[in-house]
Amino acid sequence: MRVPLNWLGDYVELDGSPDDLAELLTNAGLEVKAIERFGVDGAELPWPADLVMAAKVLRVDPVPDADRLVLATVDYGADSTRQVITGAPNLFPYLGEDLADADLWGALLLAGASYRNPYRDLKITRLKPKKLRGITSDAMLCSAAELGLGEDHEGIILFEPADELAALKPGRPLAEVLGDVVLDIDVIPNIARCASILGVAREVAALAEATFRPPAVPLTMDGPPIAGRVEIATENPELNPRFVALLIEGIEQGASPYWIQHRLQLAGQRPISNVVDISNYVMLEVGQPNHTFDYDLLRQRADGYADGGPVRIVTRLAHEAERLTTLDGAEQKLRTNQIMVTDPAGSLSVGGVMGGRDSEIGPESRNVLLEAAAWEPRSIRRTQRQLGVHTEAGFRFSRGVHPSQALLGARRAAELLRLHAGGTIAEGIVDHYPQPATSVTVDFDLGYLRRLSGLDLDAEETASLLRRLQFEVEVQDGSANLHVTVPDHRLDIEGQHDLVEEVCRIYGYDRIPSTVLSDVLPPQRGNREQSFEDRVKDTFTDLGLQEIVSYRLTTPEAEAKLQLEDAEPPPYVRLANPSTLDRVVMRRSLLASVLEAAASNSRFTDRLALFEVGRAFPVNEGDSLPEEQERAAVVLTGPRRADHWQAPDASDDCFDFFDVKGVIETVLDRLGLAVEFTAPVANATPPSFRPGRSAAIEIGADAKPIGWLGEVHPAVTARFDLEPDDRHPVLAAELDLDRILELVPDSLQVDPVPVYPEVREDLALIVEEATPAAAVEAALLASGKPLLSAVELFDVFRGEAIGEGSKSLAYHLTFRAPNRTLRDRDVKKLRRRILGQVERSVGAKLRE
Amino acid sequence: MIDQLDDIEARVSAALDQAVDLEQLEEWRRATIGRKGEVQLLTRRMGEIGPADRPAFGKRINEIKASLQVAFEARQEALKRSAHDNDDDDRLDVTLPGRRPTLGGLHPSTLVMRRIERIFGDMGFQTYRSPDVVTDQLNFGDLNMPPDHPARDMQDTFYTTDPSVVLRTHTSGGQILAMQEQYPAPVRVILPGMCYRNEQITSRSEIQFHQIEGLAVGPAITFADLKGTLTEFARRLFGEGRGARFRASYFPFTEPSAEMDIACFLCDGEGCQLCKETGWLEILGCGMVHPTVLWNGGYDPEEWSGFAFGMGPERIAMLRHGIRDIRYFWSNDLRFLRQFQRFV
Repeated sequence: MRVPLNWLGDYVELDGSPDDLAELLTNAGLEVKAIERFGVDGAELPWPADLVMAAKVLRVDPVPDADRLVLATVDYGADSTRQVITGAPNLFPYLGEDLADADLWGALLLAGASYRNPYRDLKITRLKPKKLRGITSDAMLCSAAELGLGEDHEGIILFEPADELAALKPGRPLAEVLGDVVLDIDVIPNIARCASILGVAREVAALAEATFRPPAVPLTMDGPPIAGRVEIATENPELNPRFVALLIEGIEQGASPYWIQHRLQLAGQRPISNVVDISNYVMLEVGQPNHTFDYDLLRQRADGYADGGPVRIVTRLAHEAERLTTLDGAEQKLRTNQIMVTDPAGSLSVGGVMGGRDSEIGPESRNVLLEAAAWEPRSIRRTQRQLGVHTEAGFRFSRGVHPSQALLGARRAAELLRLHAGGTIAEGIVDHYPQPATSVTVDFDLGYLRRLSGLDLDAEETASLLRRLQFEVEVQDGSANLHVTVPDHRLDIEGQHDLVEEVCRIYGYDRIPSTVLSDVLPPQRGNREQSFEDRVKDTFTDLGLQEIVSYRLTTPEAEAKLQLEDAEPPPYVRLANPSTLDRVVMRRSLLASVLEAAASNSRFTDRLALFEVGRAFPVNEGDSLPEEQERAAVVLTGPRRADHWQAPDASDDCFDFFDVKGVIETVLDRLGLAVEFTAPVANATPPSFRPGRSAAIEIGADAKPIGWLGEVHPAVTARFDLEPDDRHPVLAAELDLDRILELVPDSLQVDPVPVYPEVREDLALIVEEATPAAAVEAALLASGKPLLSAVELFDVFRGEAIGEGSKSLAYHLTFRAPNRTLRDRDVKKLRRRILGQVERSVGAKLRE
Repeated sequence: MIDQLDDIEARVSAALDQAVDLEQLEEWRRATIGRKGEVQLLTRRMGEIGPADRPAFGKRINEIKASLQVAFEARQEALKRSAHDNDDDDRLDVTLPGRRPTLGGLHPSTLVMRRIERIFGDMGFQTYRSPDVVTDQLNFGDLNMPPDHPARDMQDTFYTTDPSVVLRTHTSGGQILAMQEQYPAPVRVILPGMCYRNEQITSRSEIQFHQIEGLAVGPAITFADLKGTLTEFARRLFGEGRGARFRASYFPFTEPSAEMDIACFLCDGEGCQLCKETGWLEILGCGMVHPTVLWNGGYDPEEWSGFAFGMGPERIAMLRHGIRDIRYFWSNDLRFLRQFQRFV
């Protein structure tokens, strides 16, 4: 809502600076998004008092040999008049006329002052004297655009008669006449009452304790009565509680007076014609949208259905398959829950939202039926949404306009049409209001106020704060309750809690004390999932990986890149109204997210070590709500370490399978989990990984893996535009953190530091190529119990000495007894036992 | 003879000072206090001394040996040290780059959220997590926003193909779940999580963003407590002396409602581009929990009251670190993310 302060000043006394007013409003919930100045000090284009002024046009003469220019003689308060050359088309009608008595005024700008140049994208330009057709021109008569008042450059500003603008006289600084400051207020839903000048004025009066001047709405009705000519009926008073109609006859359409145009322009509306402008003006001023019908058209229709009887306006729900072409030319298909303004011949407008084209005021219309009605907000909101039509009227009605405003709006609009469009108001107001709204009262408990706000105010203090907002408050002696009657325009007040806010707002949020929470501290619970996830993230970063966070919205196609075989896409949580085509479903996997991030970064850097911890949203066919899973995904590719001047060839030493395995081992080990990595059986490998170079991660007897890791299949990486080669594989892993969390032990048991020395021995075993190292290690540990305390693989060797189909695995074995120093023969004996057993269990032979 | 000992000591000491490297020093040692050195051999001349003087002679020799040994060790130490000092071949160009281990790093959203969570954790607010994909009822209805409520226009919602299921537009719905779970205990939780809104993706708006919601419910919680708690939070997050203000606002699920602004980092309240000339930066929305919401959470508003607040960690990070484009956050560009290794 753009609020010109001169307009606001009609209804509330303003003193103090616009900045102070803006701060006052902002603090009270009417956030001022911008303060715009026009012509006055501080404006982007100020109008200096001695260079930009009001000037009375005295004569308009032709310029010799120039059809498109005229020479205007103006009185600008100086000793002599001045001549100005202009091409303004709206001066041409006055060519050759003596205008001394015509009361025609313009805005004169003298050389030296700046204006916005419409021929140079409204750039601020200084006016310099120049010669045109032999006449020196060192002044101009300005258009609205040139003064920075809008886009209108179709003609210069001309106002007549003068008495409607602040005391005009030749030479009066224009800033005093047209200069203004506009506050742009963000109208959030609970201050819909402030979508009008009057609403803001009430608020200012309350906040600044200034005098509110309620509008007087005189009405001169001297035309033939409306009675018998127009009848109103409402079929659904719950949706259309009130309908007020007035008839204004004999209007002459034309431009509206300049002061109306000027105010509309400042308020962000383009002036169109007096009838349209006045309708908009009243909506902005009072907050009551209104609508004008061409009465003669309605009359013609009535001749069809009523045979000389009255025009019958009926509001009713739309019929099945009813259609209406609205003002904007669109053909609306209506639904049966939408309330329409109709007559027996058909529908006329979508109630409270938009008028119909067939009954609108045309250039020839002379008689106007003015409608000001009340509509149920939710119904208007639904209609706007269903039709996809959003209008200024709909904005206001959908947020609530009290039925009491309808009469005020109707009277104001009718009187302005009489005054400025030359009409005569028919005697009488048709006011259909079957069930007048009752006023809302609230019993306000001061104890509740204190308990909620922390403010200790007595009954009188509280009452006076509310009265500033036009609440009627009865204070009962000795009672802790106030009896509060809510003013009609406050549709947002439903109960005590709303009054608490009003008291706090007017008292001032900044004056309410700040206290430390002294209430009971609830039992502290911690959040195991969160700390666990933090630990996972910290371990990844300790290992040199960078955290990323991806969009959780993606496309099925982006995730299908992970599948090598064509398969039916799995079910997804899918958006009904996506904002872009690449974000349409909730992701089911984090693997695609990290691969996308790796691909986008691979253009800048070779070495990538990324992880993401976040949610995936797998959903079962037919379900609406997904199972939200916390997962982690890792991607590694490129050199293990950054290049350094002492080791410039780091790029040859690339991440491989065992790097990603080491990362996952470390993370899980830190969580106290013993895991197994198994080569998956052929058809169980997730399709994104390379068979034979990937593993399932398993814990204990749990059948289902808690994750996967390995080399991403080159065919998959290629689809992500990551081009690995044999030396630069792309490694990845994905973990199911929810399942891991279930398995994480709650406590850590610490072993005593050994007292007796350990004995270390090396042992190389030859096994078949197919025997997994993990099986050999398990066999060693099992056979060496309980003195063999650790087994560490330090070499894997293949070669002629070993023979084809076999490999040598070399281990450091650590022996230790808890209660004595081991002797050589203990170890020798154990070693023999171990060798015997591993030969039996995994076919391992000692490599001599 | 005893008199000669002083001369010998003086000479040998002087010779020690002449040794300029460890080799010469070793030569000196061999020639003097070594096993066959001059000073050691002095003992053999004991026979030349009268029996009465022998004890004094012997004592004197021992003194000399001890003091030369001390002087030798000192000299040796000094020469060893200077051997390292003077070796030009070993000199480094200390301006060459160091060898840095490759560090990992956390995402800026994680960093900011952890800091916020820690501050509220200190005040007894526990982390509570709730789902991203929720029913319309939880996201709106339970929060006092029935269908066709005008406040729904304040947020552009992503609906799923099931019209009753939405992507949460705020973490506020989690308030209901936390209350229902914790009733009848007082509640003090913060609810971090990803939220979604159907917006054009521009430098200033995103379709997903984190939110951290806070909720306190108890028998005697006031608006003054809300102000005190959030002022303390701002002091800890933004530093001592950073001005804060509360102004009236509107959220359907709180009443009274407020926005908290803090004095602009860049201009300290003078007015600049960052704060759009207002001197203030909007940091969070807050208010007293609406009675309907308390009811929906299971708490009787006649006996309980509470406050709630919500803030955007990405917005806070943007203001704090001068980030001009919100799209950086999910672009996962390492050239952006790596800069947060210096996060303080």
